[in-house]
Amino acid sequence: MSELWRATAPIENLQRRASILAQIRAFFAERQVMEVETPLMTAAAVSDPYIDTIECRYHPLPGQQEQTRYLQSSPEYAMKRLLASGSGAIYQICKAFRNGECGRRHNPEFTMLEWYRPGFDHHQLMDEVEALVGPLIGLGDFKRISYADLFRQYIQIDLQSVKVSELVAIARQHIEVQMEDDNRDNWLNLLMSHVIEPQLADQGAVFVYDYPASQAALARTELDAEGHLVACRFELFIGGVELANGYFELTDSREQAQRFQQDILQRQTEGLPVRPTDSLLVAALQSGLPDCAGVAIGLDRLVMLALGTGNISDVIALPFERA
Amino acid sequence: MCVNFAVATDHLSLIYFEINMANYPSNQFKNGLKVMIEGDPCSMVDVEFVKPGKGQAFTRVKLKNLITGRTWERTFKSNETAEGADVMDTDMEYLYCDGEMWHFMDPQSYEQVAADKTAIGDAHLWLKEQDKCLVTLWNNNPISITPPNFVELEVVETDPGLKGDTAQGGSKPAKLQSGAVVRVPLFIEQGDILKIDTRSGDYVSRA
Repeated sequence: MSELWRATAPIENLQRRASILAQIRAFFAERQVMEVETPLMTAAAVSDPYIDTIECRYHPLPGQQEQTRYLQSSPEYAMKRLLASGSGAIYQICKAFRNGECGRRHNPEFTMLEWYRPGFDHHQLMDEVEALVGPLIGLGDFKRISYADLFRQYIQIDLQSVKVSELVAIARQHIEVQMEDDNRDNWLNLLMSHVIEPQLADQGAVFVYDYPASQAALARTELDAEGHLVACRFELFIGGVELANGYFELTDSREQAQRFQQDILQRQTEGLPVRPTDSLLVAALQSGLPDCAGVAIGLDRLVMLALGTGNISDVIALPFERA
Repeated sequence: MCVNFAVATDHLSLIYFEINMANYPSNQFKNGLKVMIEGDPCSMVDVEFVKPGKGQAFTRVKLKNLITGRTWERTFKSNETAEGADVMDTDMEYLYCDGEMWHFMDPQSYEQVAADKTAIGDAHLWLKEQDKCLVTLWNNNPISITPPNFVELEVVETDPGLKGDTAQGGSKPAKLQSGAVVRVPLFIEQGDILKIDTRSGDYVSRA
């Protein structure tokens, strides 16, 4: 550890990273998607209960009149305000920040690629994700499977009928964990990350779509072919790594305000910090967000997959411990 | 927290009382950390931070029970902690076996410890007096012994060697001074000193 000043990523990896960034920009230039920038330092924070925003302090005068700002954890709210302002198709490559997320595949400060396509639904956006990501990592044949089918296939659970207590029992067969919780989604997430994701490791690229409505986040909901309410949300897993998260975006401002409220309630129940939610996003939706689909890709992970490494410090020049 | 109280006595010496071992929050877990799990000292073999984009954060740890040798996976919530285990790896010299216990000595302090059958495990197959071993102590008692990766041991019993037949290959059993039986090439003779890889139990060469 005597050489903490040195970059962890080999310079040839950084060259590959630079070339991938150039290819991404060329991809969007050709498709006439405009590159934009939005604030990193915002007045409101993300509402998702399990994303902890990093706070920073702004002083109009040195050391005085302190105002709390938040380092953005995703450019989603701001980009939707641009869409509502009439931007048309946009993309952004920016830093995002999340407290506590540090590990082999996580850096608290990471790079996000996010884009929005007016007129697309989530299935069309999956096509475009495949068109971008496939050539970058040299992978074709992206599979698509619904969340319900995934659970049916990999852990023989019927999501419509399974009770929380049964989910817990199944999880405990696979995972040793001291967790007492009656939140259904927490158990589903645990099964997803501990039991299903590892099984996806040798499945190449897999889109999982139609998430439970309770995990809609900022996606709209609709009835699936079997008449069950699902979220128009997808995630992309490659080699068992969670790479992308996309939505057919919610445009209903009232529903958006309600979801903020639910998140605040959950934060209060679980003793998590409550921070200001973005009233400007709600106002933008009120004014009118065009029907669109949007997706975020962890760019560092994309480079990891392209380079075939399992360590984020191989693709970030100076990761958190050396920042 | 690890709290040390220093008390000055009349003799101007210091006595340290260690109150308890540190409690480690899951975000400080790392490979090699020794913790107590259900009463047994365990070593962390692999530590992975798991956090789905929208889900809760966990730390998934592969643990090795240092008493039984069992390895398994356990998942810790982000607000969980684990109590540190007073486990220390020390280089010690193997002295002798009294038939029941194997005795080791710290070459610096001359302090001796005795390991029982459970602690010694398969390591007894490769022990030679005065060889340096890694002795794992828990609360100052040996719980496992790791012999050097390579040891040199004498052949005490094997079929006669086939002279001038080194190229042909083939192998035969040979009993070593420690009691272990290993497969060796046909040209090895009783009284030869052999280099053995203790991790695999394989013959490497004549020493």
